[in-house]
Amino acid sequence: MVGGGIAGIQAALEVANSGYPVIMVEREPSIGGHMAQFDKTFPTLDCAACILTPRMVEVGSHPNVKLFSYAEVTNVSGYVGNFQVTIKQKARSVNTDLCTGCGICQEKCPKKVIDPVFEAGLGYRKAVYTPFPQAVPKYPVIDRENCTYFLKGTCRACEKFCPTGAIDFTQEDEYFTFDVGQIILATGWDLFDARRIPQYGYGRLANVFSSLEFERLSNAAGPTGGKIVLRDGVTVPKSVAIIHCVGSRDKNYNPYCSAICCMQSLKFAHLVRERTGAEVYNFYIDMRTPAKGYEEFYQRLLEEGTHFIRGKVAEITDAARYPGEEGKLIVQAENTLVGKQMRVPVDMVILSAALEPRHDFKEVARLFGISCSEEGWLIERHPKLDPVATMTEGIYIAGCAQGPKDIPASVAQGTAAAARVVGKIQQKEITMEPIRASIDQDKCSGCRICNNMCPFNAISFIEDRMVSEVNPALCQGCGTCVAACPAGAISGTVFSDQAILAQLDGLLLNNVKAIDLTPA
Amino acid sequence: MSEQFEPVIIGFTCNWCSYRAADMAGMGRIKYAPNVRLIRLMCSGRLDPTFVIKAFAGGADGVLVSGCHPGDCHYIEQNYKAMRRFYLLKKLLTQMGIEPGRLKLLWASAAEGQIFADEVTKFTEEVRALGPLHWNPTAALEAEQKIHEPAEVVA
Repeated sequence: MVGGGIAGIQAALEVANSGYPVIMVEREPSIGGHMAQFDKTFPTLDCAACILTPRMVEVGSHPNVKLFSYAEVTNVSGYVGNFQVTIKQKARSVNTDLCTGCGICQEKCPKKVIDPVFEAGLGYRKAVYTPFPQAVPKYPVIDRENCTYFLKGTCRACEKFCPTGAIDFTQEDEYFTFDVGQIILATGWDLFDARRIPQYGYGRLANVFSSLEFERLSNAAGPTGGKIVLRDGVTVPKSVAIIHCVGSRDKNYNPYCSAICCMQSLKFAHLVRERTGAEVYNFYIDMRTPAKGYEEFYQRLLEEGTHFIRGKVAEITDAARYPGEEGKLIVQAENTLVGKQMRVPVDMVILSAALEPRHDFKEVARLFGISCSEEGWLIERHPKLDPVATMTEGIYIAGCAQGPKDIPASVAQGTAAAARVVGKIQQKEITMEPIRASIDQDKCSGCRICNNMCPFNAISFIEDRMVSEVNPALCQGCGTCVAACPAGAISGTVFSDQAILAQLDGLLLNNVKAIDLTPA
Repeated sequence: MSEQFEPVIIGFTCNWCSYRAADMAGMGRIKYAPNVRLIRLMCSGRLDPTFVIKAFAGGADGVLVSGCHPGDCHYIEQNYKAMRRFYLLKKLLTQMGIEPGRLKLLWASAAEGQIFADEVTKFTEEVRALGPLHWNPTAALEAEQKIHEPAEVVA
């Protein structure tokens, strides 16, 4: 199980509860994913932590789950039922056998750094930290890039105060290799960097916030304790603009719809009104509220008095042109329902930025031998009939790694992937397409041209016999090696050279009029 | 009035995208030139350049090679390999005196029935404009037999 967000947690629990062992790998120090950053979830407005943390604890303490956090998969080889996965456990600098998770080290650490991941750059954490108090596992990690000891060689405050002596500065990265039968990828998403749209002023105008920043701002455990305030930390906004489709449904950035932004923006609008009483302006292209209870939530927001303006925002600026605009952010947009340009002065702007594939999707796809779409989402076997399997047998995908989706959909997909995994285990045998390549070892000259042709690593070279061999369990039958073999040693079942040439002859027979077939 | 030249075109399609595109065109009752005869392969990467040369030798006036769009390959990246081979092959054919316009590479996804049909019709017209390849099938057969017979060893 790669990825410990809500989709990964769900899938891991389903498999583990069915009685099969699960190894879970999470890149961050704690599982939980993006959902752990949220305060409320739409449309029911139930608290994200209240529904997520029990699940996290369940995974963390499940006898069938072996959890690696602050770790990454570095190598994958093998095939369905027989994968070898190498996991790199990054050095925590904390001995997890001794650590009790008391948190004294975090209290005593004198070094404060901005947390760009969990707090989205709004809040601080220490150099030794767990991302949030409910983190699973509870063991902190030392951020070696910022720790005074690793930078200057002195301090060691955490070591001094640790009651169990768990701090270990000498720890090194460790590598573990496991045999696994199947792999589920739930690697999640990255937020679109709104700096790429300069006219929206994100990063330049202080009070333009990204959606994840606002999630932290509204979170009761966040840097402001849930108070919605401007960047100065005290002023409560009197008017707020929420811009939908920032970086999505825009051919300059991402053509796709990010699926969650409309509902997320409605949630933001509700939270802002509830907590500050500010006037809220939602600038949308189209309202998309297609799931259960979503349209009802939209109707509720309409009744609450949120302003909805249909039109894409052209610019957000602090250059006042009319009286009343001084010191405010002015949102310039066209109201397409009225057909008029409008300028709305507000105190705060929230950009509902697009969900994008993880920045390293190419490496992930390459590592696991699966393909991704033009944008970078991992491709499922069939868009409708097989949304969790991939073209590589034994590898499944769930959650936003497959495409932008909301929490209920991620959970559903996680469960589906788990069902496929458990189903395959219980089948005990695997049926496969009969189309395979095979190498005639007498003809093979051992040139190894085919070795690099195969994207599934199905061809291996046998050193002592100096010939190549196709592993039929890995071969998907594309035939590229058959076409490449200079010795004609590789043949494909069903699509052999003879079969294709016979077809060719058959098709061209029409054209061979010159031959007189009548007996003399 | 002379009869219009009807070129014979062999089309190699991959199982997942372009063959499905042709299927789609058929199901959608989209009309396209009947001159193309399709051979299904699992992947455009399966296309041995020999097949194309054999097709020309056997009397085809044009050859269409078709696969999934780059990045969409069912087998991850094999259409890129087909693409590399394609350009090399085109160079080779030009050297052998076959006009480059007789060989065409077409990317068509399973949804692009209309594009497939339009491109096939366009290609047929292009080959028609080039005229017959003037390959003597009997000569080709004789040549093939010669290859298979062991050459006499001259003392």
